[in-house]
Amino acid sequence: MTQETVEKVVIFFAGDSGDGIQLTGTQFTNTTALHGNDLSTFPDFPAEIRAPQGTLAGVSGFQISFGSTEIYTPGDECDVLVVMNVAALKANIKRLKKGGAIILNLDGFDKRNMKLAGFSEEQNPLFDNSLEGYQVSEMNVTKLTRECLVDSVLGTKEKDRCKNMFVLGFIYWMYNRTLDHTIQFLSDKFKNKPDVFDANIKVLKAGYNFANTCEVSSGRFEVKPAKMARGTYRNIMGNQAAAMGFIAGAQQSGLDLFYGSYPITPASDILHELAKHKNFKVRSFQAEDEIAAISAAIGASFGGALGVTATSGPGVALKGEAIGLAFMLELPLVIVNVQRGGPSTGLPTKTEQADLLQAVYGRNGEAPVPVISASTPSDCFSAALEACRIAIEHMTPVFFLSDGYIANGAEPWCFPQSKDLPSIKPKMATANTDYLPYKRDEKLVRNWAVPGMQGLEHRVGGLEKENETGNVSYDSDNHQMMVKTRAEKVERIADFIPDQQLDSGAQQAKILVLGWGSTYGAIKSAIKELLAEGKSVAHAHLRYIVPFPNNLGKLLEGYDHIVIPEINNGQLIKLIRDKYLVDAKGLNKIKGTPFQSREIKNHLLDLLNGD
Amino acid sequence: METNKYTAKDFATDQEVRWCPGCGDYSILKQVQTVMPEIGVPKEDIVFISGIGCSSRFPYYMETYGMHSIHGRATAIASGLKAARPDLSVWIITGDGDSLSIGGNHLIHLLRRNFDTNILLFNNQIYGLTKGQYSPTSEEGKKTKSTPMGSIDHPFNPLALCMGADATFVARTMDRDPKHMRQMLQRSNEHKGTSLLEIYQNCNVFNDGAFFGYTDKATKSEQTLFLEHGQPLIFGVNKEKGIKLDGFKPIVVSLDKVTEDELWVHDEKNRVKADLLTRFFGEDLPRPFGVFYSEERTCYEDALQAQIDQAVELKGEGDLDTLLRGSNTWEIE
Repeated sequence: MTQETVEKVVIFFAGDSGDGIQLTGTQFTNTTALHGNDLSTFPDFPAEIRAPQGTLAGVSGFQISFGSTEIYTPGDECDVLVVMNVAALKANIKRLKKGGAIILNLDGFDKRNMKLAGFSEEQNPLFDNSLEGYQVSEMNVTKLTRECLVDSVLGTKEKDRCKNMFVLGFIYWMYNRTLDHTIQFLSDKFKNKPDVFDANIKVLKAGYNFANTCEVSSGRFEVKPAKMARGTYRNIMGNQAAAMGFIAGAQQSGLDLFYGSYPITPASDILHELAKHKNFKVRSFQAEDEIAAISAAIGASFGGALGVTATSGPGVALKGEAIGLAFMLELPLVIVNVQRGGPSTGLPTKTEQADLLQAVYGRNGEAPVPVISASTPSDCFSAALEACRIAIEHMTPVFFLSDGYIANGAEPWCFPQSKDLPSIKPKMATANTDYLPYKRDEKLVRNWAVPGMQGLEHRVGGLEKENETGNVSYDSDNHQMMVKTRAEKVERIADFIPDQQLDSGAQQAKILVLGWGSTYGAIKSAIKELLAEGKSVAHAHLRYIVPFPNNLGKLLEGYDHIVIPEINNGQLIKLIRDKYLVDAKGLNKIKGTPFQSREIKNHLLDLLNGD
Repeated sequence: METNKYTAKDFATDQEVRWCPGCGDYSILKQVQTVMPEIGVPKEDIVFISGIGCSSRFPYYMETYGMHSIHGRATAIASGLKAARPDLSVWIITGDGDSLSIGGNHLIHLLRRNFDTNILLFNNQIYGLTKGQYSPTSEEGKKTKSTPMGSIDHPFNPLALCMGADATFVARTMDRDPKHMRQMLQRSNEHKGTSLLEIYQNCNVFNDGAFFGYTDKATKSEQTLFLEHGQPLIFGVNKEKGIKLDGFKPIVVSLDKVTEDELWVHDEKNRVKADLLTRFFGEDLPRPFGVFYSEERTCYEDALQAQIDQAVELKGEGDLDTLLRGSNTWEIE
């Protein structure tokens, strides 16, 4: 058998949503990370927990791109497609590149599965030559799994649940990975179920040995560790990173973290993560609804804690009035929106960037709120921490935008050390002074007095306030002044954030691609290739959307064209055109999936050729 | 200032009180300001949180920390505050629309979680601030601006609802009986857990006389029943009537014919009897006032703190670097 060294591989695992595909993908990811490859992942699963077995609707997928080179996206085309049944093949064959490898479970291609996937018997892809041109490795995963466990005390159903381990073992052999990490994982997971542990290990090893002994595979590959910057790395997912960002925000400010949340896809993992860390004095609170979740966080902030709430678009719609209250009270609060496909319930498990304008404008009255976005899974950490900093130091609710793609996606992370994190300084009022709750400093930020501080008792509320005293006021001139002052306070945050940097390319070029959020990897890959081809392009990626960095307008002047790719129908583009009066052009995809870098590259090439 | 030196005046703010002249809210404000010096809590540790409605202006008039929030959410805001700051004395001011209509959900969840907070539910059976629409406690057939042909909504029985949500302290008082109200405020404060005090409050502009039968001298003793723990249920001008249980059915008896030891003796700890008492809600039985039910149950904030303590004991105080590092790392040279 040949062993070939390759630079980069994209694998797509697909099967029934009950087949353990996400676990298989995650295990392969963690092992690959420990191997030292750079990587990026993209889980793609249906909204139903156990969608009808064998059907196209029930197919769950997990894509991973890994390599010895820098990896910015989960990859456009796949090199390897692993399918547990015919529906998984049918749904995903379009992802596979010409000549790619297919590893398939023959037991998922029987009469019943064919029917469930909507094929007639004559259409069996195994026999109709439709797989010609691909390297197909067939194996009876179900049958082999059962045979391997013939002596096990487990029932057939439980035995069949181990079949993902067979595939995982097989892939581990193909890519020269050790089984150690997964064995450790299984021993932790099943420490109270020795029979299940034994069965999984047995099947995992059987899959590995099967690949070794039977020449079904299209070969064995070596993907050497990536040449990444020096340092200590770990694997990280976006929601996990965001949760750590909030814990860090609390520690760096000396405040206790209160997290109020109502379960919603794809934000719930932040709640799960934070609930694990009560030893950091994290008070996680699963509220009765979205409104209670943010209201409780506001109550906690009023009491001097760092209030955080997370949700997705539909939840933000419900929280709108309370965000307005936090804005009016001028209390620190972070609102996380892990965006998903909308409108209404939309596509809960698919990704989209369609809630930007909701974050910027979605409240009654004039209530501007700073908006910060994260661009990669690990960037969720620093973006969340930065959201905390702005909320606390500027006494304002802050929106932190993530999305389903980076929230569930993973990548290696050269994690920081706590001593290198910025310290956050709450602007506490001091006792024994005449406290005016809405008197402001040069940043227009008020002093924070919390219950328990003697002599600083005061009342806050959602009614319009008299300047400085905060007493209720219906005075018309005062109202205009207060509306403008609160808006100006948010604008002045621009003086306390870094200037916008170029991610790649020159200060002057034909095209600037201006992105925000999770489009980062796809844009970066496209621009890297175009620059290597000598094209006149550049890339800037926004973290701060409200307010924009002070130098952004100037930066945009250096280019003939501004292109704004977004996973929505055009939202950032409206803000940019409005603020800078530039004729920016959109590149919009609204399919519930991230951009492929070639989609961006081809679009830019067309534009360059049209010049 | 030492807490025992406070007077009611120390709890008044410099803000002009803006309720309609003659509103029942004035009496409630006065009794609360009178009771505050007696609860032994420093002013700075007291917080009043309200939602929206006439009653919800209350915090502006209390010289403590306070928040006038948004409609129906005072209960949720107070939950977060108490979770973050168990040391504070938290008072929730709400009305029948605020707590039972738009905020109904948060009310029942606060009660089941049993945060140690005090809810003062001003029930005037009308929407006052929006100028006179019927509320979820308005009686059927009530003619208001939004129900010109009479309300077809069946009203809530607030205390029965709260018992249904497993409230640990349920009581009722009225604006026109200051002494009783002060007692009830004291009892609410003493209760460890969520205390729900319903206060019958007259809106003399949009629903004048809604509780006339219970507050007017001529009818009060016939139509009200003041509950006292360990005492038989007796009412009437000359204390000549009592309540007896016939199975699960309460019946009014004359003390000429029945001796006192046959009467229902009030027991605040008896959930089933408290449930029955909340159902004294029609014309046939007097309306009870006092503490219906009181139970000791773990408060959410204490259970939360216990979990935090347990986590610290088990894993040690959280170390950010350990968290960032996770369990699997690798080095790139």
